[in-house]
Amino acid sequence: MKKTSHKRSGIFRNVFLASAIIIFLVMQVFATNHGSNDQQGHGENWEDKTIADEFKAGDMIVEHIVDAHEWHILSYGDFHLTLPLPVILWYDGNLHTFMSSKFHHGHDDHNGFGLSQEGEHKGKIVRTLQERFITEHVITHDPNQKLPLDFSITKNVLAIFLSLILMSWIFISIAKAYRRREGEAPKGIQSLLEPLILFIRDDVAKASIGEKKYEKYMPFLLTLFFFIFLNNLLGLVPFFPGGANVTGNIAVTMVLALFTFVITTFSANKAYWVHIVNTPGVPWWLKFPVPLMPVVELIGVFTKPFVLMVRLFANMTAGHIIVLGFISLIFIFGQISPALGLGVSVVSIAFTIFMDMLELLVAFIQAYVFTLLSALYFGMATEEHH
Amino acid sequence: MELVSPGIGLIFWMTLAFGVVLYILGKFAWKPILKSLKDRENSIDQALHEADKARQEMKALKFSNEELMADAKEERDSLLKQAREIKEKLIEDARVKANEEANRIIESARETIENEKMAAMVDLKNQIARLSIEIAEKVLEHELDDKSKQKEYVDLLIKKANLN
Repeated sequence: MKKTSHKRSGIFRNVFLASAIIIFLVMQVFATNHGSNDQQGHGENWEDKTIADEFKAGDMIVEHIVDAHEWHILSYGDFHLTLPLPVILWYDGNLHTFMSSKFHHGHDDHNGFGLSQEGEHKGKIVRTLQERFITEHVITHDPNQKLPLDFSITKNVLAIFLSLILMSWIFISIAKAYRRREGEAPKGIQSLLEPLILFIRDDVAKASIGEKKYEKYMPFLLTLFFFIFLNNLLGLVPFFPGGANVTGNIAVTMVLALFTFVITTFSANKAYWVHIVNTPGVPWWLKFPVPLMPVVELIGVFTKPFVLMVRLFANMTAGHIIVLGFISLIFIFGQISPALGLGVSVVSIAFTIFMDMLELLVAFIQAYVFTLLSALYFGMATEEHH
Repeated sequence: MELVSPGIGLIFWMTLAFGVVLYILGKFAWKPILKSLKDRENSIDQALHEADKARQEMKALKFSNEELMADAKEERDSLLKQAREIKEKLIEDARVKANEEANRIIESARETIENEKMAAMVDLKNQIARLSIEIAEKVLEHELDDKSKQKEYVDLLIKKANLN
């Protein structure tokens, strides 16, 4: 039994190594291709170059926290190391798929699709103006065309996939460990994560939902907690495969909050709805003839998940913005004088380290708060009123 | 603006991926993990409970053991006492019996002696009587011969009788 598990982990390691090498080689090819292209692009217009060279902290920060169609790993001068990602577009009843490397880091369009460089749809894939090559070097949305639906495997989608695969692998192997070491003390990663699992079970689920009904919600609460926690931590890692701002993305937090909302709504008992329509302990004239309280309660049903969504998004994004802000300071002062930049870097790095420490704490707290509040909402929906 | 406007692609993939992983983990990870945790807790609870029970039983057993020991000791003491009593009684009985036997033997000896004595006396009397008759016969014979010789003879006879 032990032998086979060894063999299996060996296979796992080999597969992992092989895929890492393949990814690295693919990136290398695109990196070299792209170095030359960029040089051409910049060489044509040097005014562009001066503008491009000027450091804009705001743009840099936003670039780092929003989603992207390629996974940028590092740049050195004109050398860009990026992982191209598949673009999947639904436009006019047709599916268009191609690699994001066709955009040449946003400088080009492909089959009439391009990354908008300015305007309302900046950073998104749009149907480009056909005559852009004649007029100017800016890719922008054609107001006469519809916007394509973008189902691309973006940086965040890939990060979500990777983190979910990692999670599945970790927890399925832990489950195996539990089965193998039945009745024995936990060992290794099993003993590392058991306290967290017990924490979610005893202090979150049991405390908020109650002994009788908590079991039904445990799979969701555990998956939710570890997904948020893992992605919060991976978001703090500044290089590939970390660095994607998954939990600081409003679409991700929205989906998580929607899961909580749907589960709350579908597991709600009669008492929950009665509480909304006919709130006890409130004077009758607040409910009739103008149903003020029911309206307030109904709004509350929707604000709960909304607040969940915003809290996680805002906390994680804010943390990243502050860290990136400190790093930006180095370059802002470095533009004035390299010596000043060097001096500021000491202070900036110190503050960044402090912020990262704080973010480690926030990573746990936000995962805990999201899970706890979800559990509380489930508890409220299933509570028996007397 | 991009920061706060959720993209449809990300929503789609996130819902799909999270849903699938939720299902997979729910079935293959959380269920066995939570079950094992529960089982282990139950078994620990049970083990503690059983240990407590065993301790109580041991306590009870120890108590009954002591009782048993005390009983055995008492019984041994009483047995010893009884044995001693029996021994003493046996000795006493033997002594009494021996005394009686000795007395009886002495008594019978005395009786025998008495009887023997009586028999001897009777025999003596008989002899004396026979002697007297013999003497009287001899005297009567002598008296007829000589007076002096008669006297002499009587003396002689007496002397002889004395010897007897």
